[in-house]
Amino acid sequence: MAVLTYIQAVNQALHEEMEQNNKVFVLGEDVGPKGGVFLATEGLYDKFGESRVIDTPLAESAIAGVGIGAAMYGMRPVAEMQFADFIMPAVNQIISEAARIRYRSNNDWTCPITIRAPYGGGIHGALYHSQSIEAIFANQPGLKVVMPSNPYDVKGLLKSAIRDEDPVLFLEHKRAYRLLKEEVPEEDYTVPIGKADIKRTGDDVTVITYGLCVHFAKQAAEKLEEEGISTEIVDLRTVYPLDQETIIQAASKTGKVLLVTEDNKEGSIIGEVSAIISENCLFDLDAPVRRLAGPEVPAMPYAPPLEKEFMMNPDKIENAIRELAEF
Amino acid sequence: MVNQTYSLETDKDTLVNMYREMLLARRIDERMWLLNRSGNIPFVVSCQGQEVMQIAASFALNKEHDYILPYYRDVGIVLHFGMTTREIFLQAYAKAEDPNSGGRQMPGHFGQKKNKLVTGSSPVTTQVPHATGFALAAKMENKPSVAFVTMGEGSTNQGDFHEGINFAAVHKLPVIFMVENNKYAISVPYAKQVACENISDRAIGYGIKGIKVDGNDAFAVYGAVKEAHNRALNGEGPTLIEAVSYRLTPHSSDDDDSSYRSKDEVTSEKAKDGIEKFKNYLVDKGFLKDEDMEKLEAELKKEINDATEYAENAPYADASTLTNYVYGHKEEN
Repeated sequence: MAVLTYIQAVNQALHEEMEQNNKVFVLGEDVGPKGGVFLATEGLYDKFGESRVIDTPLAESAIAGVGIGAAMYGMRPVAEMQFADFIMPAVNQIISEAARIRYRSNNDWTCPITIRAPYGGGIHGALYHSQSIEAIFANQPGLKVVMPSNPYDVKGLLKSAIRDEDPVLFLEHKRAYRLLKEEVPEEDYTVPIGKADIKRTGDDVTVITYGLCVHFAKQAAEKLEEEGISTEIVDLRTVYPLDQETIIQAASKTGKVLLVTEDNKEGSIIGEVSAIISENCLFDLDAPVRRLAGPEVPAMPYAPPLEKEFMMNPDKIENAIRELAEF
Repeated sequence: MVNQTYSLETDKDTLVNMYREMLLARRIDERMWLLNRSGNIPFVVSCQGQEVMQIAASFALNKEHDYILPYYRDVGIVLHFGMTTREIFLQAYAKAEDPNSGGRQMPGHFGQKKNKLVTGSSPVTTQVPHATGFALAAKMENKPSVAFVTMGEGSTNQGDFHEGINFAAVHKLPVIFMVENNKYAISVPYAKQVACENISDRAIGYGIKGIKVDGNDAFAVYGAVKEAHNRALNGEGPTLIEAVSYRLTPHSSDDDDSSYRSKDEVTSEKAKDGIEKFKNYLVDKGFLKDEDMEKLEAELKKEINDATEYAENAPYADASTLTNYVYGHKEEN
């Protein structure tokens, strides 16, 4: 089994899906000969040619909208937004169109598009190359929002997204691209959309998070184990719609829940997770549900001390787990 | 390829069929207003004044292969491509059998996959990039399909108009963009929407062919769309067509147009109604006689009466179906 980085897992999934199904194609800015600004589409142009690896004009609503048209036709487009921050011109296409096509046509038309976008900070990207944008899309029935945390899940979930009958927004943490590596099977496998995953089992505190924060939570948990604090980590993987069953089970198991996101706290994914827990787990809780999130500022600044202050990190999570354990 | 000897002007059967479809669209629309004003249906958004361009364009397209992305006034276009009068009334009454959406969407939000009519929404112009996507897919699959998309002139100010046409132009895709310029975007007249003289001039900026035609002239519209269709099939890329007519009704059943345009203006535009002009051509040529007209009107009236009655008595979707078809889960289907 080869060791792949997070971005290599993206790349491998695209190669394999394009090989298996000639209806799969990619479109976006710089995805062609350049292979994408992060090299997610590296090698695709040489292998599959310009008709299936399409460099588009710099226009996000068209990248989404043309992809949506092709998906309705019966293709399997994988549209790339160069940065999640630049998805805003395409929001009308994604929310008003992709998410509603099946419902509004009473199941006559469908829109099996995958829209990939790198999100997240900690890479000196400042306000417009660091944002977490998932909350904008996380109350749109008809749409699925997937945010994998590790290379194995990246490959399996991206394959599932491409094969899914409905539109999937696939958000990749750009700091994870080269930071995270692990063994990834070379054979074909999928990871189900809509299912959270227990990344670590523990008895004292449950951490529920997603994306790069799963990695930080694991680091924190390892350190705390030396102090005798046992941490359960739930990786949501799909942040919309949420896997309520796994959330309820994991919260009830320890009775102490820490929710973590790199996004701003108010209106975030973890607010909804907290609501699910409060509706279902009242008598199993031994402490108030705690949320650890980015500050209430519009986005991440450029200057290193400010960026560092904004970013989630293992220390912040470690402290929060310890406080909960001692509650 | 085009049959060089073919002349629409002398093809009696085709011309009479065209007239029938134009008139059917008009009579359906008129009935919708009666039903609305008598409290039977909550909303109408009209095709009146645009039937000629809609039918003439439709006849220049290929029913078997082409994908149609209509906008909310295209009663004529969807009729031509296979939606029945009954289905249009089922939509107006929001009944379960409505093929567009099963009563989920407002009237005018067309879509019927079996007839390659692509589902649409209310935010205007979102269908323009979709048309480019259909054309891209057809080209990738080596299919002889053209995507035909319509919109109002106000829509040409949206970003999706620019983004969708530019993409199609760069990739030389088989798309026909037809702007149905009825001179008003609800209350805002052409001069307050755009500063350029012609919408078709915008084609220059995309490096594609732009054609402006009188939308009340069926032969001119047919010729322009036929030319665009040939260009599309020959790999010469998209065409922007501007067909100009006039919106003869208020924007919708909820609009009072007397607050922004004069009765005189509307009256003088009604005198240029393309359907009358087309009928007169057929009469002059001897293709249509008074008794044919009477017979046709009686047929259409019966068709519309039957459709109205059927739709009125048809059931609504059961409330339990509200949550169906959000996703393609098997248990939902």
